[in-house]
Amino acid sequence: MTLLALVCSVLLAVGATLAVVRAEKGPSMLDRAVALDVVVAVLVAAIALESAVTRSAVAVPILVVLSIVGFLSSVTIARFAATEPVGEGRVLSRAEAVAAEAERHAREIAEEEES
Amino acid sequence: MDPHTWTTVADVVAGACLLGGSFLALAAGVGVLRFPDLLARMHAATKPQTLGLVLVLAGLALRIRSAPAVWALVLVAILQMVTAPVAAHLVGRAGYRTGKVPSETLVVDELTADVQRAEEERRGRAGAGPDDLGVSGS
Repeated sequence: MTLLALVCSVLLAVGATLAVVRAEKGPSMLDRAVALDVVVAVLVAAIALESAVTRSAVAVPILVVLSIVGFLSSVTIARFAATEPVGEGRVLSRAEAVAAEAERHAREIAEEEES
Repeated sequence: MDPHTWTTVADVVAGACLLGGSFLALAAGVGVLRFPDLLARMHAATKPQTLGLVLVLAGLALRIRSAPAVWALVLVAILQMVTAPVAAHLVGRAGYRTGKVPSETLVVDELTADVQRAEEERRGRAGAGPDDLGVSGS
């Protein structure tokens, strides 16, 4: 059972990691919502695996709660955040973030000098 | 057969179920990362949400073998089966209406014509109104 638990947790960890990579890459909010749904499913499986290894039913209420609230995040995103401005769909790189910050700073200085 | 044999059989079946469920989670991770568009990723993502979850919960039920816990696990499976389609429907709908589903990749596309007809009717009724994507509408 120990070996089986090890193999299962490796499979779950790799699956969750790949889903998190997709959540980081995007490219849209909906792709991220789908990827995070996979992470929630892996979380449920991991808690169930832990309970199965230790033969304890202590964590079963957590599974009930996760299965109730797990779908709310993607419903909320699909309903209210599906339309996003062009270019907002990805995380800025460090250089781009610095450039955007410098531009904002320069604009603020220009406005101060005008007034 | 004596009870000891049955508990061993239950443990082995539980192990197989847990392994299968974990493998589906891995498959979903690979699919979500590698598939090219939103609908294909959703297709991969649903595997651990229903079949994988049912397998893992069956494995857990065979391991703990106590009636209250098993009923709670049945409740988990039913709740997941009720809520997962809601999320999938809304994600697919929002993806379709924000143009993330390229129509030429679909084998059957019955929705584009309907959406266009509804759009034309709405324009005809309201004049040339502001053009929203219909995500917040019905």
